[in-house]
Amino acid sequence: MDQKINTLFTNYKYGFHTETKSKLVIPKGLSEKIVRQISAIKEEPEWMTEYRVKAYKEFVKRPLPSFGPSLEGIDFEDIHYYIRPQDKTQNKWEDVPAEIKETFDKLGIPEHEKSMLAGSGAQFESEMIYHSIKESLSKKGVIFDSIDQGLKKHPELFKEYFGTIIPYNDNKFSALNSAVWSGGSFIYIPKNTYVDLPLQAYFRINTESMGQFERTLIIADEGSFLHYIEGCTAPTYSKDSLHAAVVEIIVKKNAHVQYTTVQNWSNNVYNLVTKRAYAYENAEMIWLDCNVGSKITMKYPAIYLVGDNSKGEIKSLAMAKDHQCQDTGGKIIHIGKNTTSKIIAKSISKDFGNASYRGLVKATKSARGSFNYSKCDALILSKDARSDTIPKISIDDPTASVAHEASIFKIDDSQLFYLMSRGLSHDTSVSEIVNGFANPIVSELPMEYAVELKRLLEIETE
Amino acid sequence: MNAKSSKKSSLIIKNLHVETEDKTNRLVKKAILKGVDLEIKEGEIHAIMGPNGSGKSTLLNALMGHPQYQISDGTIQIKIDGESKKLNELKADERANLGLFMAFQHPIEVPGLSFLHMLRTIKNLKDTDPEKQSLESLLEELKAQLKKLKIDEQALERGINEGFSGGEKKKLEIFQMKILKPKFILLDEIDSGLDIDALKIVAENIKEFFKEHSPAIIIVTHYARILKFISPDKVHILSHGKIVKSGGKSLAHTLEKHGYNEVNKQ
Repeated sequence: MDQKINTLFTNYKYGFHTETKSKLVIPKGLSEKIVRQISAIKEEPEWMTEYRVKAYKEFVKRPLPSFGPSLEGIDFEDIHYYIRPQDKTQNKWEDVPAEIKETFDKLGIPEHEKSMLAGSGAQFESEMIYHSIKESLSKKGVIFDSIDQGLKKHPELFKEYFGTIIPYNDNKFSALNSAVWSGGSFIYIPKNTYVDLPLQAYFRINTESMGQFERTLIIADEGSFLHYIEGCTAPTYSKDSLHAAVVEIIVKKNAHVQYTTVQNWSNNVYNLVTKRAYAYENAEMIWLDCNVGSKITMKYPAIYLVGDNSKGEIKSLAMAKDHQCQDTGGKIIHIGKNTTSKIIAKSISKDFGNASYRGLVKATKSARGSFNYSKCDALILSKDARSDTIPKISIDDPTASVAHEASIFKIDDSQLFYLMSRGLSHDTSVSEIVNGFANPIVSELPMEYAVELKRLLEIETE
Repeated sequence: MNAKSSKKSSLIIKNLHVETEDKTNRLVKKAILKGVDLEIKEGEIHAIMGPNGSGKSTLLNALMGHPQYQISDGTIQIKIDGESKKLNELKADERANLGLFMAFQHPIEVPGLSFLHMLRTIKNLKDTDPEKQSLESLLEELKAQLKKLKIDEQALERGINEGFSGGEKKKLEIFQMKILKPKFILLDEIDSGLDIDALKIVAENIKEFFKEHSPAIIIVTHYARILKFISPDKVHILSHGKIVKSGGKSLAHTLEKHGYNEVNKQ
């Protein structure tokens, strides 16, 4: 019945939910006991249990963020913090339980994998249910595993980097994630290893009032190359779900990492994510961040340009309709000499949607000769829609050069008339103008995602 | 009238009154066209000349269905295969799909949307028959026409009118015309902003299309210059929202010699 109503009122095609027999469901609510229970289920070393407890205490202490949209609507006691869908992570798709497999089949995930990817993972509720990588890559020493397996199988590497880029006490939601994290990817790319096809992870929330807290750690060793893609969807429920991820990336000397996100949560998901990368000497980090779904998203992928001559780029596209709020943007901190960065942010808002840019560009005293260019474009499709651009620029070095451009567009009558005079209907013209606006970002996406996003833009602008 | 001529397509404008909103006060309507009558058949070229502010652009925009120009009286009608259709209430896209096309005086930029994508979308909408043009053959046609207009092929991938020079934009209007193959063509000051070489290229391409497809063409222009390359069957002078004088192509030359005031007096 739920699903019928959903398809009547929304065009969200991932809003279905699957009946599954979860292996283990921890009752709703959060306490130190539950944090310890999660750690015990995972048979973790003591240091991790204590880390989680410390993070939990920090989470309780910290107030909600003082900026951005109101998060008062989150009832932290009405959320499942851990659901285990099956006994262990499978590395053969055949071994995944039928009903979960069916879910991912419906989402079209296995097809993506066949030719276009070097490896893929899938998370259902709290755990990665599947993880696999091409044999040729694992032979070269590339590690692509669930993060839980990362801790078990590579404890030293894990401990060396975990929590070093985003400390547990960075913000309230990094503290929450550090307390109850489960699932996500653990990736290590050895020196001078070029992973030519992307690695992909797909995240699915299935249960009502679910909290998903995946944690991803990527270590790209010197001279390596990686493109990582994540996608996410959830069923539409009347009760809210929470997704609070932490993603830490280390891009060592001369390495290159691109992290691409296509976020399409259903409109009952709070998406509060902390993402940060450190780029060392001559390294390059790119965040390509598309946010279409969720109820409220707060996400500002960050790049710390630590090493000299390192480069960073944040390209983002946000769409907000109905009463959605996309409070997104990015942060770039120039620390090394001659570091360069670029931020291209595009947002589209409609109905009562709010798609805003919030960003920080900082050049420390050591960042001699650093350079940043930022451009924020907002397209506002209806009179009640809203978009704010809130850039913060902080320059401590006189040789740094920073440029910021911002523009706001609405669909122009003359553009509409021009396209209609060529024979396109009013609605097609609107969606073509919107597509044209989004194209500089969409065209950067891998093909299947670009096609999907274009389709979404068409639906969203109807 | 014999059977053959009655089958010819035509565009018939009767007693057309058009008003627009005053930009400073939306409640005030400003009358621009005050009773225009004009009939043009396929295979004919009519030139409409007149001083600034006489209503030339308004006439073309009203014919194409610009929502800013409201018809307060009169009719716009087309006849195709002996059937007439009134256009007054139709939107621009519906008129375009009946075979109207306007080359804009100031072509509009649509950033990020490529000519290729737009033309492909329109072609796909139109060609519902199973033998519709493949992408390869469409590309071939697009490239061939660009070559004739001396425009770089890369224009196809660029945003519509985005970052093109004034002259290139005008050429690209004619390019679109040649691809969309309309029956009724409205050229709004296609000659303005073109140097003499570009003007020749544009005129040659219009003539070529005219010869092959025999459309009805209305050319709105300030100058007789383009009419030296494209010979009109009729010339109309529009002044204060009315056609005050019609004649053969010699009228254009008289006009150029003596100016609008002289001709109006005659």
